[in-house]
Amino acid sequence: MTAGFLIASAFLASAVEFVEALTIVLAAGVSRGWRSALAGLGAATLVLAVIVAVLGPALTRVPISALRLVVGALLLTFGLQWLRKAILRASGFKALHDEDAIFARELEEARAARGEQGAAGIDWFGFTLAFKGVLLEGLEVAFIVVTFGSAQGRIGLAALGAGAALVLVATVGILVRAPLARVPENTLKFAVGAMLTTFGIFWSTEGAGAHWPGNDASLPGVLAFVLVLSFAAVVTLRRSRVALA
Amino acid sequence: MRHIRAFGRFWWDFVVGDDPRAAAGAVLAIGLTALLVKTGVDAWWLMPAAIAAVLFLSLRRAADRG
Repeated sequence: MTAGFLIASAFLASAVEFVEALTIVLAAGVSRGWRSALAGLGAATLVLAVIVAVLGPALTRVPISALRLVVGALLLTFGLQWLRKAILRASGFKALHDEDAIFARELEEARAARGEQGAAGIDWFGFTLAFKGVLLEGLEVAFIVVTFGSAQGRIGLAALGAGAALVLVATVGILVRAPLARVPENTLKFAVGAMLTTFGIFWSTEGAGAHWPGNDASLPGVLAFVLVLSFAAVVTLRRSRVALA
Repeated sequence: MRHIRAFGRFWWDFVVGDDPRAAAGAVLAIGLTALLVKTGVDAWWLMPAAIAAVLFLSLRRAADRG
């Protein structure tokens, strides 16, 4: 059960980040040429693979209770950020994430920038734009894969979830050649925030030495608690927004 | 120096984000749980309750700012 939960969490979190990375690569490709954008994408993917390959095995040497404490604390602070933003978006206190608008802005900036042609016809602005975008979005994926996987002792399963998300987003991206604006990104971010917070609560409690009733079987209960809490927060904030208007 | 600062800033934004008090509250709750466990209390219930409070306070601050 936790294996399925682990794969689903890594898949959803990675899919959200890959959709954002795709928008940046598309903007770089359309405005500055596909050779530069794909070179940037490839270089960033290589750096990310090295980070996961180095950090993953290193973390398996750390005792599991210490690892869960640190990973739980990191996931909790990281997950609370996602959840907080998702609740504020859902209740109207923060603007919704719009891939079309982001694509248009990136495109405009990339077209306006002056570029230098490097070796093999590489446009450095396009290369850097794609490299930086994929690296920054991908770092979050690497962070999730390494932390989720190591705390469960199953980095392979987390990487499988992330890999499936990469294949799906890349395939759809190649087919439509446009930002994936129809992906319900805000809903996905809500789900990912809830999952990250759930795992953060679960592992940090275990890392601190406490024991959940029913061990791993209590994980869905923690998720249900986080979801109920989040929906209650959205309803309360929406009401207060209406009252203020 | 500028690169080190930018690197530190990136990781701060990445993990802590724009509400350091929420992150501090979460870390404090983990510390309290560990402390209770040391005194013999299996305080698994503390984290969900503490995170509910941390999230509520963080959202209220954000909503007050508009």
